[in-house]
Amino acid sequence: MGLFIAQLLTGLANAGALFMVASGLSLIFGVTRIVNFAHGSFYMLGAFIGYSLLQVLPGMVGFWVAMLLAAIAVGVIGVIVELLVLRPIYRAPELFQLVATFGVILVIQDLALMIWGAEDMLGPRAPGLKGIVRIMGEPVPTYDIALIVITPFVALALWYLITKTRVGILVRAATQDREMVSALGVNQSWLFTGVFFLGAALAGLGGAIQLPKGGADLLMDFNILASIFVVVVIGGMGSLPGAYLAAVLISVLNVFGVTYIPQSTLVLMFVVMAVVLMIKPYGLFGREEVAGEHGQVGEVERPFKPAGLNARLIVAAFLLVLALVPLYGSAFSMVLITDIVIFCLFAASLHFLLGIGGLVSFGHAAFFGGGAYVAALIVTYSDTPMEFALMLAPIGAAMAAVIIGWLCIRLTGVYFAMLTMAFAQLLWSLVYQWGEFTGGDDGLLNIWPSDWLNDTTVYYFLTLIIGVGGILLLRHAAHSPFGYGLRAARDSARQAEAMGIHTKRVQWVAFTFAGAMAGVAGGLFVFSKGSIFPSELEIARSFDALIVVFLGGVKTLSGGVVGGAVLETIKDFLTRFEYWRMTLGLLIIGVVILAPDGIVGSLRKASERLGITKRPEGEV
Amino acid sequence: MKLVKSTMGLIAAVALGLGAVTAVSADSIKIGEINHYKRMAAFANPYKNGITLALEEINAKGGVLGKDLEFIFRDDQGDPGEAVKIAEELMTRDGAVMLAGSILSNVGLALASFAAEKHYIYLASEPLADALVWESGNDYTFRLRTSTYMQAAMLAGAAAKTGAKRWATIAPNYAYGKDAVAAFKKALTAIDPDVEFVTEQWPALFKIDAGAEVQAIERAKPDAIFNVTFGGDLAKFVREGNTRGLFEGREVFSLLSGEPEYLDPLKDEAPVGWTVTGYPWYDFTEGPNKVFVDAYMKRWNERPGIGSLVGYMSAQVVAALIEKAGSTDTEALRKAFADLKVSTPVGEITFRKLDHQATMGAFVGKTAVRDGAGVMVDWVYLDGADYLPSDEEVMKMRGGN
Repeated sequence: MGLFIAQLLTGLANAGALFMVASGLSLIFGVTRIVNFAHGSFYMLGAFIGYSLLQVLPGMVGFWVAMLLAAIAVGVIGVIVELLVLRPIYRAPELFQLVATFGVILVIQDLALMIWGAEDMLGPRAPGLKGIVRIMGEPVPTYDIALIVITPFVALALWYLITKTRVGILVRAATQDREMVSALGVNQSWLFTGVFFLGAALAGLGGAIQLPKGGADLLMDFNILASIFVVVVIGGMGSLPGAYLAAVLISVLNVFGVTYIPQSTLVLMFVVMAVVLMIKPYGLFGREEVAGEHGQVGEVERPFKPAGLNARLIVAAFLLVLALVPLYGSAFSMVLITDIVIFCLFAASLHFLLGIGGLVSFGHAAFFGGGAYVAALIVTYSDTPMEFALMLAPIGAAMAAVIIGWLCIRLTGVYFAMLTMAFAQLLWSLVYQWGEFTGGDDGLLNIWPSDWLNDTTVYYFLTLIIGVGGILLLRHAAHSPFGYGLRAARDSARQAEAMGIHTKRVQWVAFTFAGAMAGVAGGLFVFSKGSIFPSELEIARSFDALIVVFLGGVKTLSGGVVGGAVLETIKDFLTRFEYWRMTLGLLIIGVVILAPDGIVGSLRKASERLGITKRPEGEV
Repeated sequence: MKLVKSTMGLIAAVALGLGAVTAVSADSIKIGEINHYKRMAAFANPYKNGITLALEEINAKGGVLGKDLEFIFRDDQGDPGEAVKIAEELMTRDGAVMLAGSILSNVGLALASFAAEKHYIYLASEPLADALVWESGNDYTFRLRTSTYMQAAMLAGAAAKTGAKRWATIAPNYAYGKDAVAAFKKALTAIDPDVEFVTEQWPALFKIDAGAEVQAIERAKPDAIFNVTFGGDLAKFVREGNTRGLFEGREVFSLLSGEPEYLDPLKDEAPVGWTVTGYPWYDFTEGPNKVFVDAYMKRWNERPGIGSLVGYMSAQVVAALIEKAGSTDTEALRKAFADLKVSTPVGEITFRKLDHQATMGAFVGKTAVRDGAGVMVDWVYLDGADYLPSDEEVMKMRGGN
């Protein structure tokens, strides 16, 4: 019994920092509708700044002052980010801002490395709270008790701020209906800035307050990201009590998981999330997203059209250039283009879901990595010929997509995105922790193509044919009756239903189709690299594709492909330099601000302005 | 028409760009070095400094085969796929004669598989995975650093002397942690069949819930603990363990924890009395170890880490290899690697013909706190050659090649 209580208390203490960071994310999303990928970076900054402050502020008072100052400092950084990076792009298409926050992650990573150096920092203990108390004979650190007490106070203070003050009323009103609030004369942009300050400060506080239990290191940002997304989603986006309850639930379950199923702790969190979302699709305290709530921002979207003759000629000429690379290029340029084509196909398959289907998936790597793993596992365990394994990759990925799609498609918007991420993480943790079968993080090795395909040039042509073929197939699907149905479901589910389109079924098929195409890319990938590791299933891989699709332009047909090609090429070039992450981050932010329609969308507009191409008729 | 013209221009530009081949200068021998310089900066930078120092010394003495030796450093972001791409570029475009590098085992394994397929030589300098030279070993991959098995076996030898019977293990839940625990169990039970493993804890890498782990271990009431966690996980584990009194009256054996990269961040909270493998650079009084530490501190103005030593030795190995081969031809290099002997700061090491593992050893000692920093005391250097499985076992694992 004593141990049980002690474990419960450990869980409650762990929930503290998690709740603070997650509530910040929840607030920011609730009001601004921005999925802030950089929230983990704010958390990391809180830890580093808190650490530095603790070097100069001694004693018990100094400790708590440092906590507060760290929170305020990170809040100010949040404001700077909001003013410089996000404010210029509020009118961009929905979710476009997440690309900018991704750029912010990269910049902060390099900045933190420059300022604090590479070595991990162990947080100092809290003065006056270094000891333990014995509860029923079990030792419980006094700092844990402090955290257990403080967290509800922070939660209560937030709750008071949101429910009882005028600012809070405005915040809630903005969460409900942004446009109405601004129509009533509230300065919306300052409201956003204020919420960003609060959210970032909470993340900073979370980072600082966990110092006595841990420390500051450069991997903190990505390490906490998945957990806080899980907490926010289980609690319900925008709900503070939900975030608190979910943080406690996850932390306590984890403590017992450590004791009773130590091998599977990674999986546990995502299983809980998947179960909760299947029973309560909008989290414990979330509300259903009201249709039209975040309706079209910015200008009216143009319908997709098949490419004109000129465009086709350009593409054909470009393909010819690619086909002739073996004649004039080096072996490495073929390897590089192989990589790029594979990535473009992966990005194009996500673009099909996102641009045509309006289904934002945060877990598309599940199908890329899934396809790769299907091929690799088959080769490893059954000596299947490579050609056959390559064909099975998309089938395996499609089967995964059928199941995951069936479970996710009932949700919409950001809940759909989060659930796809949960399932991708579930798959990742399974592969990662089931070492006997999947090789764990040692991966599966020696998955090379058959002899006749093993030559760099031959594999280059194989990739080019399948990759370009896949991309063209995706484009073709967009213009088929099925594609029209999908677009109808995206633009107005109700009208589409009235016309006899089974929207959910169409979306399910699209999800499966996109998954299969990502599986093709995964199959090509594994045979070009000769090995596969769980990193291909990670969140970071899903984000890569997501960033590229937005960067290229969601509302253009070629966005995914162009974005993929551009970003991969730039990355290949930049990684040769010392501070390439910061450069890449600034570049992404720059592109996002200068070209809010994505690369393709903005180029198209520019060429129309210059009169190179014609504006479609009937448009103003 | 305008469009067509500009299109043609664009195509020409693209074609030129794709076909551009950087000129390869022939006046130095180039080694392609791939590592996670950003993602694992605390480990990769000392490593890079070690290589640079060795290269400066080698080239000041006239280089190898009359040419300067040069390493081309490239960042792979810790991504195996990226590493394989860069490896291809280094070998085909930059004119590298062989590959070296990686800290993470998965990147090392990907590079090893790639090297075997493309017939490039790969010197796996830092990755620890046993599979690299055993289950997944191949003709083209050679490993320098003391492997997981060897280090775990060294600790098991010391652990058996304590007489502790009830053991708890805690290790990050990924390949390195699992290998280490398996190797430790195997080596310890071989010496003392009576030992019992009462609990095995597997925190997720860099996501340890230290309080819960400490409670779970305490619950099993072990006599002694074998720890494999490192980095931030180790710091949290040590702190929670100290706070909750887990280590009182218990022997702790801990892999790698004596390495400056892991010990230094703990400062005065470094564990006391743990038996660890590591690198006591501060305690050398004479010999090649001292010479290296002095040269390193003079050149870089900072303390060396284990990475510095491994980097320095990597460059020494490459230089000795090319000298022995007498050319940079891959087949000649591969043959020269068999039983290659290199004199290094830690003494002479040999690349075993049997499994391509170098006999580099490790320092084993007890931790203590001195002047507010963690150090190793009562350490000895154990030769790696004495802590490897029998030749038959190795042959079996390598599948006879």
